Amino acid sequence: MNIIVCIKQVPETTEVKINPETNTLIREGIKSIINPFDMYAIEEAVRLKERFGAKTTAISMGPPQAEMALREAIALGIDEGILISDRAFAGSDTWATSYTLASAIRKIGVFDLIICGKQASDGDTAQVGPGIAGHLDIPQVTYVKRIEAIEPSPSEVKDKDAGRGWMRVERMMEEGFEVIETSLPALITVVKEINEPRLPSLKGMLRAKNTKITCWTQKDLDLDPQDIGLAGSPTQVVKIFNPPSRSGGQILTGEVDEVAKKLVDLLRQEIISN
Amino acid sequence: MDYLLTDEQKMVKELAHKISEEKIRPVAAKYDQTEEYPWDVIKVIADADLFGIFIPEEFGGMGVSIMNLCLATEEFSRACAGIAVCYAASALGTIPIILFGSDKQKKRYLPDLSKGKKLAAFAVTEPEAGSDASAIKTTARKEGNYYVLNGLKHFITNGGDAEVYVVIAMTDKSKGARGASAFILEKGMPGFSFGKKEEKLGIRASSTRELIFTDCRVPEENLLGREGMGFIITMKTFDMSRPGVAAQALGIAQGALELAVKYAKQRHQFDRPISSFQGIQWMLADMATEIEAARALVYATARMIDAGIKDIAKESAMAKMYASDVAMRVAVDALQIFGGYGYMRDYPIEKYLRDAKITQIYEGTNQIQRNIIALHLIKEIAK
Repeated sequence: MNIIVCIKQVPETTEVKINPETNTLIREGIKSIINPFDMYAIEEAVRLKERFGAKTTAISMGPPQAEMALREAIALGIDEGILISDRAFAGSDTWATSYTLASAIRKIGVFDLIICGKQASDGDTAQVGPGIAGHLDIPQVTYVKRIEAIEPSPSEVKDKDAGRGWMRVERMMEEGFEVIETSLPALITVVKEINEPRLPSLKGMLRAKNTKITCWTQKDLDLDPQDIGLAGSPTQVVKIFNPPSRSGGQILTGEVDEVAKKLVDLLRQEIISN
Repeated sequence: MDYLLTDEQKMVKELAHKISEEKIRPVAAKYDQTEEYPWDVIKVIADADLFGIFIPEEFGGMGVSIMNLCLATEEFSRACAGIAVCYAASALGTIPIILFGSDKQKKRYLPDLSKGKKLAAFAVTEPEAGSDASAIKTTARKEGNYYVLNGLKHFITNGGDAEVYVVIAMTDKSKGARGASAFILEKGMPGFSFGKKEEKLGIRASSTRELIFTDCRVPEENLLGREGMGFIITMKTFDMSRPGVAAQALGIAQGALELAVKYAKQRHQFDRPISSFQGIQWMLADMATEIEAARALVYATARMIDAGIKDIAKESAMAKMYASDVAMRVAVDALQIFGGYGYMRDYPIEKYLRDAKITQIYEGTNQIQRNIIALHLIKEIAK
């Protein structure tokens, strides 16, 4: 089985600061980590590898320092890391990012399963995983909380369109879950209920230090220049801002009847004045 | 402070730190309260390969490094010295096999120990034989291809939870200290059982039990080294393991200091944080400086051992004695900074004081360490 895990390096904070002039995230001075949701994707890939045997590859698109995230994934048990990095990719939105990643996955060639975290903790869009599946024209299941059964295509079938593999997964819904069967290859995005990510091992860390990370740039991939980077991104970020914090409000005190009457009067005034 | 660690040492420290913060600190109070053995944390440490860092590569480990052992033990102890000693005591039980085991014995025991599948323990102490280890009464009588052990060990860390025990017993009482021998015992051997589990002031996550030998037949191939080497094996083992106890003390001190600094910044009295008072500042400064001095001594000793320097008894004793005295002083002062809150079980600092005390006592009391140091000073002069 061949498994590809898509990971993103994000700043280690839930309170992302924004540069008001450029409308981009301020990353300086903030430690970078693997997107927490991607940790579950990595763990699931490593568990599948331990149960069934698989080659696992992590890919990440980002600046050169995203290599550290790939090394961390290797320390956790992933076999190989591929960095997709080029100045030409800068400013990519979710469409251009998923287009570029899909092209890299096509270049990898054979795969049974692509696993992504459900969303990134910085952008919170949850679009890149589904976007990759769209660009590759393969089935996708989002918010997977359990892989119930998986049967990859026999290894001698190299043609990814053979479609003989299948899996059954549980997809988390707001109330309850769906059970979905899909053919392989397919893409899933996973939620934190799927597993408990492990810590790295010392042997893994030593291997991560000594493993060469492959880096693919624009020229390594079959990409239409019009579809990458800022130019290839249909999303225009007009403005990013922190919503103004709400001020104190007004507290009414006294007997219930009295307070209720006062409240109704105030609301009436409010409606009239607006 | 930069400790000039190698890349591998940095990794060990980083990994142990992660385990400490994510897996040990959240459960430290629970195990302190219940006195249950922390098997879930032991498994995490095993999965991280950290039981392999003091075991040779050819037997499944990642090479013998006392420095790595110290770094891991220190980091674990920052969060819980009780859990840390479960780990360090397995190293203590493993070291005599590494130092004196035959190739066959190493092949039999080290691979499982290096993966943390089994834990080890070292058994010297008896009710009547503490600092005076020559007073041990447990006997081993040769009978055909077996040694028959009779007697009792007590205060054995990991006792009952470890699978592999190195036990010191007298094979020839008439020879005194030279009549002691070391044996490798396995849990489950007929005639080998466990007595009561001690209730302790501190390091309560760790287990401390009696070992009872009643006509326990140990195959002769389980004799470690040769007959009569029991005390040499004990001394050489302690020389190598004492930096680990020192590292445990260092971790306790470091952990207590960190909590004290954090608390001093948060706690307001007289309309300002107590960290703004010189009285508190000077306490913190003294604590931090003493910790760095202890760390320098511990790391220097560990590096000497790893460099293969043979005569390390003096330095090893100094490291253990000094670091544990520092741990006790720092824990007392850290609790003082917490004031009344520090005395309460709801706050984590009182545990550091309870945990620190044992480091001045076990693996040779600090009075015995001073004897060792003085003895070497006098011997050196006589040369």
